[in-house]
Amino acid sequence: MLANFGIRAGLAAMNAARACILALVMCWPVAAAADVAVPPLSGRVVDQTGTLSSGDIASLTQTLKNLEARKGSQVAVLIVPTTAPETIEQYSIRVAEAWKIGRKKIDDGALLVVAKNDRHMRIEVGYGLEGSLTDATTKRIIDEDIAPKFKAGDFAGGITAGVNRMIRVIDGEQLPAPEPPHWQSPGSFNIDPFNPFLIIPVLLLGGLMRSTMGRLMGSAATGGLVTLVAWYLFGSLLAAVLAGVIASVFVMFSDSITSAAPGRRGRGGGWSGGGYGGSYSGGGGSSSSSSDSGGFSGGGGSFGGGGASGSW
Amino acid sequence: MLAALATLSLTNCGYNAIQSNDEQVKSSWSEVVNQYQRRADLVPNLVNSVKGFAQQEKDVLLGVTNARAKVGSIQATPEVLNDPGAFAKFQAAQGELTNALSRLLVVTENYPQLKSDALFRDLVVQLEGTENRITVARNRYIKAVQDYNVTIRSFPTNLTAIAFGYKEKPNFTVENEKEISTAPKVDFNPTPAAPAK
Repeated sequence: MLANFGIRAGLAAMNAARACILALVMCWPVAAAADVAVPPLSGRVVDQTGTLSSGDIASLTQTLKNLEARKGSQVAVLIVPTTAPETIEQYSIRVAEAWKIGRKKIDDGALLVVAKNDRHMRIEVGYGLEGSLTDATTKRIIDEDIAPKFKAGDFAGGITAGVNRMIRVIDGEQLPAPEPPHWQSPGSFNIDPFNPFLIIPVLLLGGLMRSTMGRLMGSAATGGLVTLVAWYLFGSLLAAVLAGVIASVFVMFSDSITSAAPGRRGRGGGWSGGGYGGSYSGGGGSSSSSSDSGGFSGGGGSFGGGGASGSW
Repeated sequence: MLAALATLSLTNCGYNAIQSNDEQVKSSWSEVVNQYQRRADLVPNLVNSVKGFAQQEKDVLLGVTNARAKVGSIQATPEVLNDPGAFAKFQAAQGELTNALSRLLVVTENYPQLKSDALFRDLVVQLEGTENRITVARNRYIKAVQDYNVTIRSFPTNLTAIAFGYKEKPNFTVENEKEISTAPKVDFNPTPAAPAK
Protein backbone atom coordinates (compact mmCIF):
# COMPACT_ATOMS: atom_id res chain seq x y z
CA MET A 1 0.00 0.00 0.00
CA LEU A 2 2.72 2.35 1.06
CA ALA A 3 4.88 1.23 -1.85
CA ASN A 4 1.97 1.77 -4.17
CA PHE A 5 1.57 5.27 -2.83
CA GLY A 6 5.28 5.86 -3.26
CA ILE A 7 5.12 4.74 -6.86
CA ARG A 8 2.14 6.93 -7.45
CA ALA A 9 3.88 9.91 -5.90
CA GLY A 10 6.93 9.16 -8.02
CA LEU A 11 4.74 9.07 -11.12
CA ALA A 12 3.14 12.34 -10.16
CA ALA A 13 6.55 13.89 -9.66
CA MET A 14 7.61 12.58 -13.04
CA ASN A 15 4.49 14.00 -14.61
CA ALA A 16 5.16 17.33 -12.99
CA ALA A 17 8.73 17.24 -14.23
CA ARG A 18 7.50 16.35 -17.67
CA ALA A 19 5.04 19.22 -17.57
CA CYS A 20 7.84 21.54 -16.53
CA ILE A 21 10.01 20.39 -19.39
CA LEU A 22 7.10 20.71 -21.77
CA ALA A 23 6.42 24.22 -20.56
CA LEU A 24 10.09 25.05 -20.92
CA VAL A 25 10.21 23.59 -24.39
CA MET A 26 7.12 25.50 -25.39
CA CYS A 27 8.28 28.77 -23.89
CA TRP A 28 11.88 28.51 -24.97
CA PRO A 29 11.41 29.27 -28.66
CA VAL A 30 9.25 32.25 -27.74
CA ALA A 31 11.97 33.65 -25.52
CA ALA A 32 14.67 32.83 -28.05
CA ALA A 33 12.66 34.26 -30.93
CA ALA A 34 12.57 37.82 -29.61
CA ASP A 35 12.93 40.07 -32.63
CA VAL A 36 15.73 42.55 -33.00
CA ALA A 37 14.42 45.95 -31.91
CA VAL A 38 14.21 48.76 -34.41
CA PRO A 39 16.88 51.30 -33.42
CA PRO A 40 15.86 54.93 -32.99
CA LEU A 41 16.35 57.09 -36.04
CA SER A 42 19.29 59.06 -34.69
CA GLY A 43 20.46 60.26 -38.10
CA ARG A 44 20.49 59.48 -41.77
CA VAL A 45 23.16 56.88 -41.17
CA VAL A 46 22.62 54.55 -38.21
CA ASP A 47 25.53 52.21 -37.63
CA GLN A 48 25.07 49.78 -34.75
CA THR A 49 28.19 47.80 -35.52
CA GLY A 50 30.80 50.53 -35.44
CA THR A 51 31.83 49.63 -38.97
CA LEU A 52 31.87 53.13 -40.41
CA SER A 53 34.26 55.80 -39.21
CA SER A 54 32.78 59.09 -38.08
CA GLY A 55 34.21 60.67 -41.22
CA ASP A 56 32.36 58.13 -43.40
CA ILE A 57 29.14 58.79 -41.53
CA ALA A 58 29.56 62.55 -41.84
CA SER A 59 30.20 62.48 -45.58
CA LEU A 60 27.34 60.02 -46.22
CA THR A 61 25.04 62.14 -44.09
CA GLN A 62 26.04 65.23 -46.07
CA THR A 63 25.39 63.44 -49.37
CA LEU A 64 21.96 62.32 -48.20
CA LYS A 65 21.18 65.75 -46.81
CA ASN A 66 22.01 67.30 -50.17
CA LEU A 67 19.69 64.83 -51.85
CA GLU A 68 16.83 65.81 -49.59
CA ALA A 69 17.50 69.51 -50.18
CA ARG A 70 17.63 68.97 -53.93
CA LYS A 71 14.89 66.41 -54.54
CA GLY A 72 12.97 66.17 -51.26
CA SER A 73 13.58 62.46 -51.17
CA GLN A 74 14.87 60.88 -47.97
CA VAL A 75 17.34 58.01 -47.96
CA ALA A 76 18.69 56.37 -44.82
CA VAL A 77 21.28 53.70 -44.10
CA LEU A 78 21.10 51.19 -41.26
CA ILE A 79 23.80 48.68 -40.31
CA VAL A 80 22.90 46.06 -37.70
CA PRO A 81 24.86 43.00 -36.61
CA THR A 82 22.02 40.59 -37.32
CA THR A 83 18.31 40.44 -38.01
CA ALA A 84 17.85 36.90 -36.68
CA PRO A 85 15.40 35.29 -36.08
CA GLU A 86 13.67 37.37 -38.73
CA THR A 87 14.69 37.47 -42.36
CA ILE A 88 16.15 40.72 -43.57
CA GLU A 89 12.93 41.41 -45.49
CA GLN A 90 10.79 41.10 -42.36
CA TYR A 91 13.16 43.25 -40.36
CA SER A 92 13.64 45.98 -42.95
CA ILE A 93 9.91 46.47 -43.50
CA ARG A 94 9.52 46.89 -39.75
CA VAL A 95 12.28 49.49 -39.74
CA ALA A 96 10.70 51.23 -42.72
CA GLU A 97 7.31 51.28 -41.01
CA ALA A 98 8.80 52.67 -37.82
CA TRP A 99 11.06 55.30 -39.38
CA LYS A 100 8.64 56.50 -42.06
CA ILE A 101 11.40 57.76 -44.32
CA GLY A 102 10.19 59.85 -47.26
CA ARG A 103 7.61 62.56 -47.60
CA LYS A 104 4.05 61.82 -46.62
CA LYS A 105 1.80 60.90 -49.56
CA ILE A 106 4.77 61.12 -51.94
CA ASP A 107 6.41 58.16 -50.23
CA ASP A 108 9.79 58.91 -51.76
CA GLY A 109 11.94 57.22 -49.15
CA ALA A 110 14.47 54.46 -49.50
CA LEU A 111 16.37 52.50 -46.91
CA LEU A 112 19.57 50.48 -47.18
CA VAL A 113 19.73 47.85 -44.46
CA VAL A 114 22.90 45.83 -43.94
CA ALA A 115 22.98 42.85 -41.56
CA LYS A 116 26.71 42.54 -41.25
CA ASN A 117 27.10 39.17 -39.53
CA ASP A 118 24.30 37.59 -41.58
CA ARG A 119 26.03 38.86 -44.73
CA HIS A 120 22.67 40.04 -46.03
CA MET A 121 21.53 43.42 -47.22
CA ARG A 122 18.37 44.91 -48.55
CA ILE A 123 17.27 48.08 -50.25
CA GLU A 124 13.74 48.87 -49.12
CA VAL A 125 11.96 51.23 -51.51
CA GLY A 126 8.99 53.47 -50.71
CA TYR A 127 5.91 53.41 -52.92
CA GLY A 128 6.81 56.67 -54.64
CA LEU A 129 10.22 55.46 -55.79
CA GLU A 130 9.16 52.02 -56.96
CA GLY A 131 8.93 53.38 -60.49
CA SER A 132 12.62 54.27 -60.71
CA LEU A 133 14.23 52.15 -58.02
CA THR A 134 12.59 49.03 -59.36
CA ASP A 135 13.29 45.60 -57.96
CA ALA A 136 15.64 44.86 -60.85
CA THR A 137 17.50 48.16 -60.44
CA THR A 138 17.97 47.74 -56.71
CA LYS A 139 19.12 44.18 -57.26
CA ARG A 140 21.72 45.47 -59.71
CA ILE A 141 22.88 48.12 -57.27
CA ILE A 142 23.33 45.42 -54.65
CA ASP A 143 25.06 42.94 -56.94
CA GLU A 144 27.20 45.31 -58.97
CA ASP A 145 28.03 48.20 -56.64
CA ILE A 146 27.75 47.06 -53.05
CA ALA A 147 28.42 43.32 -52.89
CA PRO A 148 31.85 43.36 -54.65
CA LYS A 149 33.14 46.00 -52.22
CA PHE A 150 31.65 44.19 -49.23
CA LYS A 151 33.35 40.99 -50.38
CA ALA A 152 36.65 42.84 -50.28
CA GLY A 153 35.82 44.07 -46.77
CA ASP A 154 35.31 47.67 -47.86
CA PHE A 155 32.02 48.44 -46.14
CA ALA A 156 32.27 52.21 -46.28
CA GLY A 157 33.12 52.09 -49.99
CA GLY A 158 30.28 49.66 -50.73
CA ILE A 159 27.70 51.71 -48.92
CA THR A 160 28.92 54.94 -50.50
CA ALA A 161 28.87 53.41 -53.97
CA GLY A 162 25.39 51.98 -53.41
CA VAL A 163 24.01 55.20 -51.99
CA ASN A 164 25.53 57.23 -54.83
CA ARG A 165 23.94 55.01 -57.43
CA MET A 166 20.60 55.12 -55.64
CA ILE A 167 20.85 58.91 -55.67
CA ARG A 168 21.62 58.93 -59.39
CA VAL A 169 18.51 56.84 -59.99
CA ILE A 170 16.36 59.04 -57.75
CA ASP A 171 17.69 62.15 -59.52
CA GLY A 172 16.20 60.78 -62.73
CA GLU A 173 12.76 60.53 -61.18
CA GLN A 174 10.24 63.33 -61.47
CA LEU A 175 9.25 64.22 -57.93
CA PRO A 176 7.40 67.19 -56.47
CA ALA A 177 9.83 69.97 -55.51
CA PRO A 178 11.02 69.90 -51.91
CA GLU A 179 9.67 72.41 -49.41
CA PRO A 180 12.57 74.37 -47.90
CA PRO A 181 11.73 74.14 -44.19
CA HIS A 182 10.79 70.51 -44.48
CA TRP A 183 11.20 69.12 -40.99
CA GLN A 184 10.20 72.29 -39.25
CA SER A 185 6.63 72.45 -40.49
CA PRO A 186 4.46 71.43 -37.56
CA GLY A 187 2.01 69.59 -39.76
CA SER A 188 -0.67 69.64 -37.09
CA PHE A 189 -3.42 71.94 -36.00
CA ASN A 190 -2.01 74.12 -33.29
CA ILE A 191 -4.40 76.43 -31.53
CA ASP A 192 -3.51 79.42 -29.47
CA PRO A 193 -5.40 78.87 -26.22
CA PHE A 194 -6.31 82.54 -25.96
CA ASN A 195 -7.33 82.95 -29.55
CA PRO A 196 -10.25 85.43 -29.51
CA PHE A 197 -11.75 83.74 -32.55
CA LEU A 198 -12.38 80.70 -30.39
CA ILE A 199 -13.54 82.50 -27.27
CA ILE A 200 -15.99 84.94 -28.81
CA PRO A 201 -18.25 82.36 -30.50
CA VAL A 202 -18.43 80.33 -27.29
CA LEU A 203 -19.21 83.48 -25.35
CA LEU A 204 -21.91 84.57 -27.77
CA LEU A 205 -23.36 81.09 -28.03
CA GLY A 206 -23.40 80.66 -24.25
CA GLY A 207 -25.16 83.99 -23.76
CA LEU A 208 -27.72 83.19 -26.41
CA MET A 209 -28.43 79.70 -25.10
CA ARG A 210 -28.68 80.86 -21.52
CA SER A 211 -31.11 83.61 -22.38
CA THR A 212 -33.34 81.36 -24.49
CA MET A 213 -33.23 78.09 -22.56
CA GLY A 214 -32.38 79.04 -19.03
CA ARG A 215 -29.18 78.41 -17.17
CA LEU A 216 -29.10 74.62 -16.90
CA MET A 217 -30.43 73.77 -20.36
CA GLY A 218 -28.53 76.61 -21.95
CA SER A 219 -25.19 75.56 -20.55
CA ALA A 220 -25.84 71.92 -21.40
CA ALA A 221 -26.76 72.86 -24.97
CA THR A 222 -23.66 75.02 -25.33
CA GLY A 223 -21.51 72.21 -24.02
CA GLY A 224 -23.10 69.79 -26.48
CA LEU A 225 -22.63 72.10 -29.42
CA VAL A 226 -19.05 72.89 -28.50
CA THR A 227 -18.39 69.16 -28.21
CA LEU A 228 -19.82 68.50 -31.64
CA VAL A 229 -17.99 71.34 -33.33
CA ALA A 230 -14.74 70.48 -31.60
CA TRP A 231 -15.14 66.82 -32.44
CA TYR A 232 -15.84 67.67 -36.05
CA LEU A 233 -12.85 69.97 -36.28
CA PHE A 234 -10.25 67.92 -34.48
CA GLY A 235 -11.44 64.35 -34.60
CA SER A 236 -10.54 63.58 -31.00
CA LEU A 237 -13.71 62.76 -29.09
CA LEU A 238 -12.03 62.82 -25.69
CA ALA A 239 -10.70 66.34 -26.21
CA ALA A 240 -14.05 67.37 -27.64
CA VAL A 241 -16.01 66.11 -24.64
CA LEU A 242 -13.53 67.80 -22.34
CA ALA A 243 -13.99 71.04 -24.22
CA GLY A 244 -17.76 70.65 -24.10
CA VAL A 245 -17.79 70.04 -20.37
CA ILE A 246 -15.53 73.00 -19.75
CA ALA A 247 -17.68 75.18 -21.99
CA SER A 248 -20.91 74.16 -20.27
CA VAL A 249 -19.44 74.64 -16.80
CA PHE A 250 -18.22 78.02 -17.90
CA VAL A 251 -21.60 79.05 -19.23
CA MET A 252 -23.23 78.03 -15.95
CA PHE A 253 -20.50 79.66 -13.91
CA SER A 254 -20.24 82.83 -15.96
CA ASP A 255 -23.84 83.54 -15.07
CA SER A 256 -22.88 83.91 -11.43
CA ILE A 257 -19.80 85.92 -12.43
CA THR A 258 -21.93 88.36 -14.35
CA SER A 259 -24.45 88.66 -11.57
CA ALA A 260 -21.75 89.05 -8.93
CA ALA A 261 -19.44 91.33 -10.90
CA PRO A 262 -20.97 92.84 -13.99
CA GLY A 263 -18.51 93.82 -16.67
CA ARG A 264 -16.08 91.01 -15.91
CA ARG A 265 -17.33 88.77 -18.65
CA GLY A 266 -14.33 89.41 -20.84
CA ARG A 267 -11.93 87.95 -18.32
CA GLY A 268 -14.18 85.00 -17.69
CA GLY A 269 -14.26 84.37 -21.41
CA GLY A 270 -10.53 84.37 -21.61
CA TRP A 271 -10.33 81.84 -18.83
CA SER A 272 -12.79 79.55 -20.55
CA GLY A 273 -10.98 79.92 -23.81
CA GLY A 274 -7.89 78.74 -22.04
CA GLY A 275 -9.58 75.54 -21.04
CA TYR A 276 -11.27 75.16 -24.39
CA GLY A 277 -8.33 75.67 -26.65
CA GLY A 278 -5.82 74.27 -24.22
CA SER A 279 -7.13 70.76 -24.51
CA TYR A 280 -6.40 70.79 -28.22
CA SER A 281 -3.10 72.53 -28.26
CA GLY A 282 -1.95 69.80 -25.89
CA GLY A 283 -2.88 67.14 -28.39
CA GLY A 284 -1.46 69.07 -31.28
CA GLY A 285 1.74 69.71 -29.40
CA SER A 286 2.35 66.08 -28.68
CA SER A 287 1.86 65.04 -32.28
CA SER A 288 4.05 67.78 -33.65
CA SER A 289 6.83 67.18 -31.19
CA SER A 290 7.07 63.58 -32.30
CA SER A 291 7.55 64.65 -35.88
CA ASP A 292 10.21 67.27 -35.48
CA SER A 293 12.44 66.03 -32.71
CA GLY A 294 16.13 65.95 -33.43
CA GLY A 295 17.89 66.86 -36.63
CA PHE A 296 16.43 64.18 -38.84
CA SER A 297 13.14 62.35 -38.89
CA GLY A 298 11.04 60.48 -41.38
CA GLY A 299 8.51 62.57 -43.23
CA GLY A 300 5.76 59.97 -43.03
CA GLY A 301 6.44 57.98 -46.18
CA SER A 302 5.06 54.48 -46.50
CA PHE A 303 6.56 51.30 -47.85
CA GLY A 304 4.97 48.25 -49.39
CA GLY A 305 7.86 45.81 -49.50
CA GLY A 306 9.40 46.95 -52.78
CA GLY A 307 13.12 46.61 -53.40
CA ALA A 308 15.55 43.74 -53.45
CA SER A 309 17.77 41.77 -51.13
CA GLY A 310 21.18 40.30 -51.67
CA SER A 311 24.16 38.83 -49.90
CA TRP A 312 27.89 38.87 -50.28
CA MET B 1 -30.22 67.95 -30.98
CA LEU B 2 -31.58 64.40 -31.07
CA ALA B 3 -29.51 63.67 -34.13
CA ALA B 4 -26.49 65.00 -32.29
CA LEU B 5 -27.22 62.77 -29.32
CA ALA B 6 -27.71 59.80 -31.62
CA THR B 7 -24.37 60.49 -33.28
CA LEU B 8 -22.68 60.71 -29.92
CA SER B 9 -24.21 57.51 -28.63
CA LEU B 10 -23.23 55.71 -31.81
CA THR B 11 -19.66 56.80 -31.24
CA ASN B 12 -19.74 55.41 -27.78
CA CYS B 13 -21.00 52.13 -29.12
CA GLY B 14 -18.04 51.97 -31.45
CA TYR B 15 -19.99 52.48 -34.64
CA ASN B 16 -17.34 54.80 -36.02
CA ALA B 17 -14.59 52.46 -34.91
CA ILE B 18 -16.26 49.63 -36.78
CA GLN B 19 -16.55 51.83 -39.86
CA SER B 20 -12.89 52.78 -39.87
CA ASN B 21 -11.73 49.24 -39.12
CA ASP B 22 -13.97 47.89 -41.84
CA GLU B 23 -12.56 50.35 -44.32
CA GLN B 24 -9.03 49.49 -43.22
CA VAL B 25 -9.74 45.83 -43.88
CA LYS B 26 -11.11 46.63 -47.31
CA SER B 27 -8.18 48.78 -48.35
CA SER B 28 -5.61 46.30 -47.11
CA TRP B 29 -7.50 43.57 -48.91
CA SER B 30 -7.30 45.63 -52.10
CA GLU B 31 -3.56 45.84 -51.64
CA VAL B 32 -3.34 42.07 -51.26
CA VAL B 33 -5.33 41.55 -54.44
CA ASN B 34 -3.28 44.20 -56.19
CA GLN B 35 0.00 42.45 -55.39
CA TYR B 36 -1.37 39.04 -56.31
CA GLN B 37 -2.42 40.55 -59.61
CA ARG B 38 1.08 41.90 -60.09
CA ARG B 39 2.42 38.40 -59.65
CA ALA B 40 -0.12 36.94 -62.04
CA ASP B 41 0.93 39.51 -64.64
CA LEU B 42 4.54 38.42 -64.33
CA VAL B 43 3.79 34.76 -64.95
CA PRO B 44 3.35 34.79 -68.78
CA ASN B 45 6.70 36.55 -69.30
CA LEU B 46 8.41 34.24 -66.88
CA VAL B 47 6.98 31.14 -68.54
CA ASN B 48 8.01 32.42 -71.96
CA SER B 49 11.56 33.14 -70.91
CA VAL B 50 11.93 29.69 -69.33
CA LYS B 51 10.39 28.05 -72.39
CA GLY B 52 13.19 29.35 -74.56
CA PHE B 53 15.82 27.50 -72.56
CA ALA B 54 14.08 24.58 -70.90
CA GLN B 55 11.42 23.33 -73.22
CA GLN B 56 11.60 19.79 -71.81
CA GLU B 57 10.17 20.96 -68.48
CA LYS B 58 6.67 20.84 -69.93
CA ASP B 59 4.98 19.53 -66.77
CA VAL B 60 6.29 22.28 -64.57
CA LEU B 61 5.51 24.98 -67.11
CA LEU B 62 2.03 23.60 -67.62
CA GLY B 63 1.51 23.51 -63.86
CA VAL B 64 2.36 27.21 -63.63
CA THR B 65 0.12 28.10 -66.57
CA ASN B 66 -2.81 26.15 -65.15
CA ALA B 67 -2.41 27.62 -61.70
CA ARG B 68 -2.21 31.07 -63.27
CA ALA B 69 -5.42 30.43 -65.22
CA LYS B 70 -7.18 29.26 -62.07
CA VAL B 71 -6.10 32.37 -60.17
CA GLY B 72 -7.38 34.53 -63.01
CA SER B 73 -10.78 32.88 -62.94
CA ILE B 74 -11.46 33.82 -59.31
CA GLN B 75 -13.08 37.19 -58.78
CA ALA B 76 -11.41 38.78 -55.77
CA THR B 77 -14.00 41.43 -54.99
CA PRO B 78 -14.38 42.77 -51.44
CA GLU B 79 -17.47 40.55 -51.18
CA VAL B 80 -15.08 37.64 -50.91
CA LEU B 81 -14.34 38.89 -47.42
CA ASN B 82 -17.88 38.16 -46.28
CA ASP B 83 -17.81 34.65 -47.66
CA PRO B 84 -15.34 32.34 -45.89
CA GLY B 85 -15.79 29.68 -48.59
CA ALA B 86 -14.85 32.02 -51.42
CA PHE B 87 -11.99 33.35 -49.33
CA ALA B 88 -10.61 29.87 -48.78
CA LYS B 89 -10.90 29.17 -52.51
CA PHE B 90 -9.01 32.36 -53.31
CA GLN B 91 -6.30 31.48 -50.87
CA ALA B 92 -6.03 27.92 -52.16
CA ALA B 93 -5.69 29.09 -55.76
CA GLN B 94 -3.00 31.61 -54.86
CA GLY B 95 -1.20 29.00 -52.77
CA GLU B 96 -1.22 26.66 -55.75
CA LEU B 97 0.37 29.32 -57.92
CA THR B 98 2.98 29.94 -55.22
CA ASN B 99 3.87 26.25 -55.20
CA ALA B 100 3.93 25.99 -58.99
CA LEU B 101 6.22 29.03 -59.23
CA SER B 102 8.62 27.72 -56.62
CA ARG B 103 8.77 24.37 -58.46
CA LEU B 104 9.58 26.30 -61.61
CA LEU B 105 12.38 28.19 -59.91
CA VAL B 106 13.82 24.95 -58.52
CA VAL B 107 13.82 23.42 -61.97
CA THR B 108 15.57 26.41 -63.52
CA GLU B 109 18.53 25.76 -61.24
CA ASN B 110 19.50 23.03 -63.71
CA TYR B 111 19.87 25.43 -66.62
CA PRO B 112 22.97 27.61 -66.19
CA GLN B 113 22.36 29.28 -69.50
CA LEU B 114 18.87 30.32 -68.43
CA LYS B 115 20.16 31.52 -65.08
CA SER B 116 22.65 33.82 -66.77
CA ASP B 117 20.02 35.27 -69.08
CA ALA B 118 19.54 38.94 -68.14
CA LEU B 119 15.82 38.99 -68.88
CA PHE B 120 15.17 35.89 -66.84
CA ARG B 121 17.22 37.23 -63.95
CA ASP B 122 15.26 40.45 -63.94
CA LEU B 123 12.01 38.53 -63.99
CA VAL B 124 13.09 36.39 -61.05
CA VAL B 125 14.07 39.51 -59.10
CA GLN B 126 10.68 41.01 -59.89
CA LEU B 127 8.99 37.82 -58.79
CA GLU B 128 10.92 37.84 -55.52
CA GLY B 129 10.03 41.49 -54.98
CA THR B 130 6.40 40.77 -55.69
CA GLU B 131 6.34 37.81 -53.32
CA ASN B 132 7.75 40.10 -50.66
CA ARG B 133 5.10 42.72 -51.39
CA ILE B 134 2.46 40.00 -51.11
CA THR B 135 3.86 39.02 -47.73
CA VAL B 136 3.78 42.62 -46.54
CA ALA B 137 0.25 43.15 -47.87
CA ARG B 138 -0.94 39.93 -46.26
CA ASN B 139 0.59 40.88 -42.94
CA ARG B 140 -1.13 44.24 -43.06
CA TYR B 141 -4.40 42.56 -43.97
CA ILE B 142 -3.99 40.14 -41.07
CA LYS B 143 -3.46 43.05 -38.68
CA ALA B 144 -6.41 44.99 -40.08
CA VAL B 145 -8.70 41.97 -39.73
CA GLN B 146 -7.43 41.40 -36.23
CA ASP B 147 -8.33 44.97 -35.25
CA TYR B 148 -11.71 44.65 -36.91
CA ASN B 149 -12.55 41.31 -35.34
CA VAL B 150 -11.44 42.43 -31.90
CA THR B 151 -13.62 45.53 -32.24
CA ILE B 152 -16.75 43.69 -33.24
CA ARG B 153 -16.29 41.05 -30.56
CA SER B 154 -15.39 43.29 -27.61
CA PHE B 155 -18.14 44.19 -25.23
CA PRO B 156 -19.95 47.39 -25.95
CA THR B 157 -19.14 47.37 -29.65
CA ASN B 158 -20.32 43.82 -30.27
CA LEU B 159 -23.91 45.01 -29.68
CA THR B 160 -23.48 47.63 -32.38
CA ALA B 161 -21.93 45.04 -34.66
CA ILE B 162 -24.89 42.71 -34.16
CA ALA B 163 -27.38 45.55 -34.65
CA PHE B 164 -25.80 46.59 -37.94
CA GLY B 165 -24.94 43.11 -39.13
CA TYR B 166 -21.15 43.28 -39.07
CA LYS B 167 -19.66 39.82 -39.07
CA GLU B 168 -16.19 38.54 -38.41
CA LYS B 169 -13.93 38.60 -41.43
CA PRO B 170 -11.83 35.64 -42.49
CA ASN B 171 -8.09 35.81 -42.03
CA PHE B 172 -5.22 34.17 -43.83
CA THR B 173 -4.14 30.88 -42.43
CA VAL B 174 -0.49 30.02 -42.57
CA GLU B 175 0.21 27.72 -45.47
CA ASN B 176 3.44 26.29 -44.19
CA GLU B 177 2.12 25.61 -40.70
CA LYS B 178 4.13 22.41 -40.36
CA GLU B 179 7.33 24.13 -41.37
CA ILE B 180 6.86 26.88 -38.82
CA SER B 181 5.95 24.60 -35.95
CA THR B 182 9.11 22.57 -36.44
CA ALA B 183 11.41 25.51 -37.12
CA PRO B 184 12.05 26.49 -33.46
CA LYS B 185 14.05 23.28 -33.08
CA VAL B 186 16.91 25.13 -34.69
CA ASP B 187 16.96 27.49 -31.73
CA PHE B 188 17.79 24.64 -29.34
CA ASN B 189 21.30 24.64 -30.66
CA PRO B 190 23.23 26.26 -27.80
CA THR B 191 25.95 27.69 -30.03
CA PRO B 192 24.58 29.46 -33.09
CA ALA B 193 26.46 28.36 -36.15
CA ALA B 194 28.91 30.87 -37.56
CA PRO B 195 27.53 32.66 -40.61
CA ALA B 196 28.24 30.35 -43.47
CA LYS B 197 27.71 31.05 -47.16
